[in-house]
Amino acid sequence: MSGVRRNYVRPLDFEQGVIDMSHGSGGRAMAQLIEELFAAAFANEYLAQGNDGALLPVPAGRMVIATDAHVVTPLFFPGGDIGCLSIHGTINDVAVMGARPLWIAASFILEEGFPLGELKRIVDSMAAAAREAGVPVVTGDTKVVEQGNADGVFITTTGVGVVPDDVLLSGDRARPGDAILLSGTLGDHGMAIMSQRENLSFDAPIISDTAALHGLIAAMLATGAEIRVLRDPTRGGLATTLNEIARQSGVGMLLEESEIPVKPVVAAACEFLGLDPLYVANEGKLAAICARSDVERLLAAMRDHPLGRDAAMVGTVHDDAHHFVQMKTSFGGRRIVDWLTGEQFPRIC
Amino acid sequence: MKYVDEFRDGEVAKSLAGAIGREAKPSRNYSFMEFCGGHTHAISRHGVGDLLPANVRMIHGPGCPVCVLPIGRIDLAIHLAMERGVILCTYGDTLRVPASAGLSLLKAKARGADIRLVYSTMDTLRIAREHPRREVVFLAIGFETTTPPTALAILQAQQEGLKNFSVLCNHVLTPSAITHILESPEVRQYGTVPLDGFIGPAHVSTVIGSRPYEYFAEEYRKPVVIAGFEPLDVMQAVRMLVRQVNEGRAEVENEFTRAVTRDGNLKAQSLVSEVFELRRSFEWRGLGEVPYSALRVRAGFAEFDAERRYHLSYVAVPDNKACECGAILRGIKKPRECNIFGSVCTPENPMGSCMVSPEGACAAHYTYGRYKDFPAEVSMTSEANA
Repeated sequence: MSGVRRNYVRPLDFEQGVIDMSHGSGGRAMAQLIEELFAAAFANEYLAQGNDGALLPVPAGRMVIATDAHVVTPLFFPGGDIGCLSIHGTINDVAVMGARPLWIAASFILEEGFPLGELKRIVDSMAAAAREAGVPVVTGDTKVVEQGNADGVFITTTGVGVVPDDVLLSGDRARPGDAILLSGTLGDHGMAIMSQRENLSFDAPIISDTAALHGLIAAMLATGAEIRVLRDPTRGGLATTLNEIARQSGVGMLLEESEIPVKPVVAAACEFLGLDPLYVANEGKLAAICARSDVERLLAAMRDHPLGRDAAMVGTVHDDAHHFVQMKTSFGGRRIVDWLTGEQFPRIC
Repeated sequence: MKYVDEFRDGEVAKSLAGAIGREAKPSRNYSFMEFCGGHTHAISRHGVGDLLPANVRMIHGPGCPVCVLPIGRIDLAIHLAMERGVILCTYGDTLRVPASAGLSLLKAKARGADIRLVYSTMDTLRIAREHPRREVVFLAIGFETTTPPTALAILQAQQEGLKNFSVLCNHVLTPSAITHILESPEVRQYGTVPLDGFIGPAHVSTVIGSRPYEYFAEEYRKPVVIAGFEPLDVMQAVRMLVRQVNEGRAEVENEFTRAVTRDGNLKAQSLVSEVFELRRSFEWRGLGEVPYSALRVRAGFAEFDAERRYHLSYVAVPDNKACECGAILRGIKKPRECNIFGSVCTPENPMGSCMVSPEGACAAHYTYGRYKDFPAEVSMTSEANA
């Protein structure tokens, strides 16, 4: 009698196996990868439909869609990895529009030879982040490219959300007299990545702040405060985000350096590498512009949330035809906080 | 942050500013040049200028190593990377320096050249060891601070018998540049540019010591105060310069005693003189040819000298005609007096040397201070803490 079991498919080898071209060819190997890895990790009713696209019940109201491509070196860093980052980043882009994030679509570009074990760690981390956020990954795609044509894994995620009728947040709504709030310390993500890349070790390790901000944002919106703009200062840091808003709204801004929270270890790492924390990427922070009269209650609500404990008012909005973002330095002088020139971090998020 | 915050204390700054204000005579102006880009950066980033009285003016000097690197030298590096197929390693800021034909190292990299950013010369040696079949060239730039590590790398490569490593040397010397400025007709003969004293370099002086500046103090009757790179260091140095001027003294004083001695780092100096020798002349971007102002690899280390190894010959390339960097570096003009400042010439698209690095006079003014070029349209008193 034969010892071969009928219908037996050898499971994916997550210990030793690597991605090969057949995992992207549309054949059985690809079906197996989807079934044993992606479908198993992301399991939800929409994915279970098994079709080319997800059929979704559309709620009434205005929708927001946002997409984000994630390429980061290293793929795993203190505080997270490209997997959870790809969920958090897109949820945050949807949430800062004032929307409740509902669904995510994810597409993977995998490099031939990439270890299946690492891919599983990344996908499991994505699935955990999606579950924790309550935002399921409802559809996806996978492509494999030859060795040398990608850097391990690239993940593009697209998020969809719905904005309540009474919420209107936009980068062109900042007005003279408004206040600028920040939800917490600057530069944690960027310096966590840099310290890994440059092999810098500090007494206290720098941990990425990667996090989904929709819970914090919901708590902020619930206060009824007059919030004009929300934005997450990722690439280019707070400096870039505020310059974008200043230009969009046609206003100037004045920051107070001494009010801007930066962890001592992050400040030290920046000093060491000659970087300015204002330009370093964040993945779990937001800047809010609100009416001056609502600052106290908004700050109180932010500080009540775990992701807003260090929230602070860091500046004000002014009339300025040149749309300069300026800063009063702790030293007692003043300077411009300009757009980032060139690329400090070629590939960070 | 320990050892940094103490030198950035706003309260101390206020009281120092008060002292400078009391000591500076209202009847005259004071013009001091901070030679180093590190000082320029500290002054701009912390807004030191706002704390100084109106009659104390800081002139940003040529001590920004990236800024003074002429187009022709970058062209040589690009040639090595693109035509000779070497792995070219260099320090970060150098990547953006504009070269001929609209190129820079960054743009050459995008066109396929193998150009790598390193944090130290030792990284370059590692790359050379890892790629024994490739030629690896270190594009060495900088003043006396970065020279000893280059010397050390050459000595180590020789010791290891590393055959695929060489250095394209562009190391320049601080004292020769200061002499050049003091000898310029505007300063020396016509007196059109008032120059009452220098803030001497911080890191450079840890290597060369304070002794080399004694010549300037004596020969040119200019006070020099060596200062650290923190904003309070700069303020203290300004106060010391004001005192020297008021008392008619021209001496070398050392504010940066926590790191600088009169003789400097003798070991580093002997490393440098073992490996390098003076060039008869070297082109500085913005200043032109400056005699005995740079170093080259000694003949005994010829195999590690990229210029000899690849038979490179230098071709000078003129800067944009409208560029006023030369005048700005000597303090004759201010950045906003240049016609292309902020329009054709910006940090994204630098035409001249001063716009290249954040330590350059024009880039510092553009990035941190250009709001001062416009009349205040609103009262900018801070309400952030109101």
